Amino acid sequence: MLRLQDVHTYYGPSHVLHGVSLSLAKGEAVSLIGRNGAGKTTLMRSIMQLTPPRQGSISLKDQVELTRLKPHEVFRLGVRLCPQGRGVFPKLTVEENLRLALVSQPKRETHLGVDKAYQLFPVLAEKRHQKVRGLSGGQRQILAIARALMGETSLLLMDEPSEGLAPLIVRELRDLIRQIKKTGITILLAEQNVKMALSACDRHYILEKGDIRFSGTTQELTCQQDILVQTLGVSSGVAECEAPAPT
Amino acid sequence: MDFSALITTILHGLTLGMVLMLVAGGLTIIFGMMEVLNFAHGSLYMLGAYFGYTVAHLTGSFWLAILIAPLAVGAVGFLIEFFSLRPLYGRPPLHHLLLTFGISLIVQNAIKFIWGNDIYSIEMPAFLSGSSSLLGVQYPTYRLFVLLFSVALSILIWLLITKTKWGVVVRAGTEDIETLEAHGIDTRKVFTAVFVVCAAFAAVGGAVVAPMRTVYPQMGVDIIIEAFIVVIIGGLGSIKGAVVGALILGLATQLGAVFLTGFADAAIYIVMAGILLFRPSGLVTETE
Repeated sequence: MLRLQDVHTYYGPSHVLHGVSLSLAKGEAVSLIGRNGAGKTTLMRSIMQLTPPRQGSISLKDQVELTRLKPHEVFRLGVRLCPQGRGVFPKLTVEENLRLALVSQPKRETHLGVDKAYQLFPVLAEKRHQKVRGLSGGQRQILAIARALMGETSLLLMDEPSEGLAPLIVRELRDLIRQIKKTGITILLAEQNVKMALSACDRHYILEKGDIRFSGTTQELTCQQDILVQTLGVSSGVAECEAPAPT
Repeated sequence: MDFSALITTILHGLTLGMVLMLVAGGLTIIFGMMEVLNFAHGSLYMLGAYFGYTVAHLTGSFWLAILIAPLAVGAVGFLIEFFSLRPLYGRPPLHHLLLTFGISLIVQNAIKFIWGNDIYSIEMPAFLSGSSSLLGVQYPTYRLFVLLFSVALSILIWLLITKTKWGVVVRAGTEDIETLEAHGIDTRKVFTAVFVVCAAFAAVGGAVVAPMRTVYPQMGVDIIIEAFIVVIIGGLGSIKGAVVGALILGLATQLGAVFLTGFADAAIYIVMAGILLFRPSGLVTETE
């Protein structure tokens, strides 16, 4: 679905991503775990071409080289970014925010339209004519996700969606991510919240100082608590490592 | 001052304010979206007046003048945006200011070269000359027409901005252009379209006031200073602010001319200073 090879990204003179390579298969939910400043947001922005890499390749479905495109062209290929800080428009209403994502997409019966979005997210239906600035953090996050699902989405990039949310809302968010995954949408979830990342995704990358330090499944990561402690200063906190069954 | 004189002054102020709105509205939208302080916006207003004069002169039709002037200026706006502004997006605002200041000088001198230093006027349609009775006051019919025409155009702009999907795109663009781009909108094309439409509205303003304010090579500079004051009073980038600012400036100018005789020109600066003292970011600032 998505393959990054040797991606180097800079902010002006500062070298942020130092040759990142990773891949996501169709329908997978993969997390990108790292501390603040590890390069998670930059990686998301590089995929979306908001901060285009200076070197390396980012290919979608092994067909399209994203580094040759503009952000709006990447969006039209079905790639959606839920940016850190939600990226919703506070002065617009909930409905206007949702409709904005449909402006550039052709109308199709199968697409998620505004009405279907309201069925899926009733809280948004109640607030449809309200300005977004009056919404809580959790509601904004739901709006950002709903907007990212409008039309035809094949790859969802979520940049720290749990940031600043109450634990109860984070659990709802985790369930929502699992539901989205079931619809066949591929998910790349950037998180500092290890528990959330481990419970929502099947595979994980740990990013440290712009480089991939670990790649493996949930079980492999829970068995290597030392990596989590070294890179993030935390343990997984979700499951004890289970020894592989004897063969 | 008697009641009828006060009504006349207020109507003058509202008319001036609504015309200013056509220029300042574009100025604030362009700034809000593209972060470009378009010093050449007054030149587009002036070009509208000169194109209008030429069309009226050649065809004898006032209505053709106010139709063709904005189309022609829209085309000029396209050339300016596409060839000069586009390569400078994302650069510090000073670059845009210098560029558009340069363009305003070029337009002003081109106008002097083509039309000379003479003062022109567009002849108003016969049925709009003379005066009409309003609230017991005899008021020039053409000024009333300009007031109503500008109000109608402002309502049209308001409908475009609030009721259409492209209006939502423009409002979103004034909030966060990058997020807009990341939602499938080719913001370069939106910039061009917005610049062209704002140029056309400024040109309509120039053409429609020509019969009452005359056409002269300094008019672009005069209006841009007023438009900047409007935008500063209202709040940079705020569309509502431009409406409020334009009406305040229009009324302050006219009431100042009556009540502060001898200090009329100072009136708008006093109002601006007073507002900025209490609201340094302008009257309408929509923060989160």
